Amino acid sequence: MTTSTLSGPVRTRLWRDAAIITGRTMRHWRARPGVFAIQLLFPVLVILMMGGLLGGAIAGSAGDYILFVIPGVLAFTMLFGVETTMIAVTTDAAKTVTDRFRSLPIAPGAVLLGRVMADMLTSALEIAIITVAGLALGWRWENGLFAALLAYGLLLWLRFGLLWVGVWAGLKAGSPEAVSAAQLLAWPIGFLSTVFVDPATMPRWLGVAAEWNPLSATATAVRELFTGAYAGGQTWAAQHALATAMIAPLLLTLIFAPLAIRTFQGLNR
Amino acid sequence: MTSQSVASPTTAPIVARGIRKHFPGNARPTLDGVNLTVEAGRVCALLGGNGAGKTTMVRILTTLTLPDEGTARVAGRDVVREATQVRASVGLVGQYAALDELLSARENLELFGRLSGLTRRSARDRAGELLETAGLADVGRRPVSAFSGGMRRRLDLATSLITTPGVLFIDEPTTGLDPEARHGLWASVRSLAAAGTTVLLTTQYLEEADALADDVVILREGAVIAQGTPDDLKKLVGEPRLVLRQPTLEDVYLHLHATAPEGASAS
Repeated sequence: MTTSTLSGPVRTRLWRDAAIITGRTMRHWRARPGVFAIQLLFPVLVILMMGGLLGGAIAGSAGDYILFVIPGVLAFTMLFGVETTMIAVTTDAAKTVTDRFRSLPIAPGAVLLGRVMADMLTSALEIAIITVAGLALGWRWENGLFAALLAYGLLLWLRFGLLWVGVWAGLKAGSPEAVSAAQLLAWPIGFLSTVFVDPATMPRWLGVAAEWNPLSATATAVRELFTGAYAGGQTWAAQHALATAMIAPLLLTLIFAPLAIRTFQGLNR
Repeated sequence: MTSQSVASPTTAPIVARGIRKHFPGNARPTLDGVNLTVEAGRVCALLGGNGAGKTTMVRILTTLTLPDEGTARVAGRDVVREATQVRASVGLVGQYAALDELLSARENLELFGRLSGLTRRSARDRAGELLETAGLADVGRRPVSAFSGGMRRRLDLATSLITTPGVLFIDEPTTGLDPEARHGLWASVRSLAAAGTTVLLTTQYLEEADALADDVVILREGAVIAQGTPDDLKKLVGEPRLVLRQPTLEDVYLHLHATAPEGASAS
């Protein structure tokens, strides 16, 4: 039997190892196609539910409301989809798979980056499915392809920032049960925004809070990019939605990616 | 394992000196100045009850936990300053099977092989060899979620051997296993040791230490209270006595498993 020996410094390969972890997550999709399909189709259900049940009351007609809500649901999905990765990270830690990863000579951050990369692929699929559903319901982007692509880029950028928050929270949660409780927070965060309604219809203080929600900045910026019409609002964040939509995910990433990697390295220390 | 005066700390694959660890919130330190040396090719059993500090010691030696005080070198590298190098030289079988339940046995082996630096082809070949050795070749494509406890443990051990490490840590290897699976795992550990792997295992089962270990270190409340070969330690309680022993139920169970024809039933 030959045993491993050390002839020099061990070099870790961040992107290679992250890609291997991404491949692992994609195998999970294959192992549980039903769960994966529900995750992908959930946003379409939200569009139909909100449009069909509340559209008439909010906008006068379900059709008009669906046109308004689709960019919002795209942003909402960027928040809601994070929970799958959050649960996966927590489950790995609870089942000690994370210990196995940490005992391997891999780059700090490779496991988490691999998870984030897999989730970004899921996000792209979710965006594609919502777009197809929107087109089928009569929604169109009216401001050219370049603006539409920029809007999709902003959505993915938001997801990237939120993912690091989710990964960090998932590592801190300790158990999948705790994550389930944290998931409930996604609802008030999702609703206290410009995703489903115009904040001008809210009490002033609530509208201000909604406009400063990073989700709102992306939802508003994406609406503006798809339609070419300036939405505006009562706060700086709403009046500069495009800038806020670029800055907020950057800040989330700068704060939470290092925190998540440090938490991963320091688990049970 | 030898005492510090005899051991050669520069060459022994596992050397720890004065390891102390006190987790916040605990009344007393989990480890309080533990010294340990395991010489190459030896099987050392870290013996102790629940809370003795066995798992924490293994976690420190495998770079998963940082010591508060003391130094440790594994495979010639410092576990704190050269953690990545240590990780490249050791295998770890944790207290609970650390496997991806949604993947097949083969996919688990290939995943951890690739992350250990093997090429795709090497990982595939090595996974095939290990599945054969572990007696899991027939079920290699089944998801781990369908495996029994014994099968998971065998796969867990196989996974830790994916790069043929020179030093292997096994934390409570047979907890929860039936006698047949336990004896199977013991045979695997013996065969690894015979091939030259240095093994540090923790256990709370005295017969396990007796069956496997060349050296035994007994921990109580984070401190070493005795160490030596099993024969040395037995001498501490008196001269050898001739004892007549009836077969135990475990002997009966193992005998029946070994002799009963396939599919036979007593009812």
